[in-house]
Amino acid sequence: MGFLHRNRQLTPYLLLAPGLLWLGVFFVVPLGFLAYQSLESGNFDIGYSFTWAWGNYWDAIHNYREQFIRSLEYAGIATALALLVCYPVAYWIAFRGGRWKNLLLLFIVAPFFVTYLIRTLAWESILSDNGIVVRTLQHLHVLGPGGRLLATSTAVVAGITYNFLPFMALPLYVSLEQIDERLLEAAQDLYASKWKAFIRVTLPLSLPGVVAGTLLTFIPAAGDFINAQLLGSPNNHMIGNVIQSKFLELTDYPAAASMSFILMAAILLAVFAYARAVGTEQLTGTAV
Amino acid sequence: MSAVAATAQPRARNFAASAWAFVRHHVLTAYSILFFLYLLLPIAVVVMFSFNHPSGKFNYVWQGFTWNNWRYWDGVPGIRSAIFLSLEIALFASIVATVLGTLIALALVRYGFRGRGATNILIFLPLSTPEIVLGASLLTLFLNLNVVFGFWTILIAHIMFCISFAVVTVKARLVGFDRHLEEAAMDLGANEWVTFRKVTLPLIAPAILAALLLCFAISIDDFVVTYFNAGSETTFPLFVWGAARVGAPPQVNVIGTAIFVVAVSAMLVNVLVQMRRERSAATT
Repeated sequence: MGFLHRNRQLTPYLLLAPGLLWLGVFFVVPLGFLAYQSLESGNFDIGYSFTWAWGNYWDAIHNYREQFIRSLEYAGIATALALLVCYPVAYWIAFRGGRWKNLLLLFIVAPFFVTYLIRTLAWESILSDNGIVVRTLQHLHVLGPGGRLLATSTAVVAGITYNFLPFMALPLYVSLEQIDERLLEAAQDLYASKWKAFIRVTLPLSLPGVVAGTLLTFIPAAGDFINAQLLGSPNNHMIGNVIQSKFLELTDYPAAASMSFILMAAILLAVFAYARAVGTEQLTGTAV
Repeated sequence: MSAVAATAQPRARNFAASAWAFVRHHVLTAYSILFFLYLLLPIAVVVMFSFNHPSGKFNYVWQGFTWNNWRYWDGVPGIRSAIFLSLEIALFASIVATVLGTLIALALVRYGFRGRGATNILIFLPLSTPEIVLGASLLTLFLNLNVVFGFWTILIAHIMFCISFAVVTVKARLVGFDRHLEEAAMDLGANEWVTFRKVTLPLIAPAILAALLLCFAISIDDFVVTYFNAGSETTFPLFVWGAARVGAPPQVNVIGTAIFVVAVSAMLVNVLVQMRRERSAATT
């Protein structure tokens, strides 16, 4: 430690080095390899060679436009649903939770300690053709006699919504919990109705949580393929399903790599569009 | 406070307002209870079907109660080794990632240095990259370098995506940390290392433990990145994936339930201890 004492400005770099090196070698460098692979041509049998094959990108967009659009659509709907479902509960815990707050938060996180796949399989059996949900809906004539939920886009979106709920609920709770309740009292002293106080004070102050929750839900949802695989049919396949099968079953690496980059670009575009809509201050305020 | 404002109003208005307040208050509570039921519904299904006695391959329809799935939890070929591999990976990955993450968090909170902004972005990026891209890019790296897929590739991948979670968790605690305690130790003649060991480390120990548990939970649950980088090795989530194609045996529910019970009881104990501490702090 004597060495460190003499070279204090070196200390932070020594602390950072091992972790950042790991992220550099196993996160940044692989992205470079992925970019390189996405511009290769050839096939698995004759081998791949680097030819600046930008055509891979056009082919991917051309052939799988449907899946790209579906991914963004499903992820968008699921994110909006998660926001609507979680906001009242996060509000309830933050303002009415009292000393039970931590216990209630535990209840929100607890289901997610059952393995992701097992949770999704449980939904598969809940929504299955002769399960209670389908039979009740048939009884109420919401579904026709032969109607089903599995293998529909409803089931896939419902699964995605459920599986990413804590990513929405926790940031919402954190931003609501930080609101100084005296501000709400002040609003009411100034003759704002409770509803108006909510719209003009609570909602704007919770916006950072809304933004963080939306991003944390939308990003993993757009790349998901498990819900579409287990709860949907090939008609509901998302771009994640295509990337997965191209990489691991068809060994068409350049196509799969270019699709991965298009997915990232599409997500970034969606995030920027969203950031413009809500104001960049909110975004940078929450990012780290 | 609404009552104070309302006394000036006519009586009928007062009654309507308080009735409306009562309904609204309870609508929110009722809604929240429904929300928790919805959250826990699939978990109840998982637990219930771990006691099912399926007649065929498919564990979808309730056939009858049995303890046998629990008694013969490893009665399915491959499940035992999959669980042990998952535990092993989660243990090593969470330890390494927590150590690396704690060091980064210390540097970020404690020191001003060039490249802080870039470091923050590098920590944030893996968290905001879809898992499928993380898995796919590592796959191309290993393929191009002709690395043999298996235990080590899985471990490398898990450490990679756990580091950022560890940094964020420890950082949150360090930000609210009273630096005067360390300065006091130094004033009393302790050198940097002794100060770190005797003052800093015990104070941030809860955050390190939290990071360790979080990384363990994320690692043991990971499917996507592992799927891309496992080769012929099978972790528990990969086992479930394979089994799901032909009908998952009830033992899958048994293990799922067991992991759930262990994790939730650990968190429950933590929360209850915290609540008690807060109460005793309030009374003294």
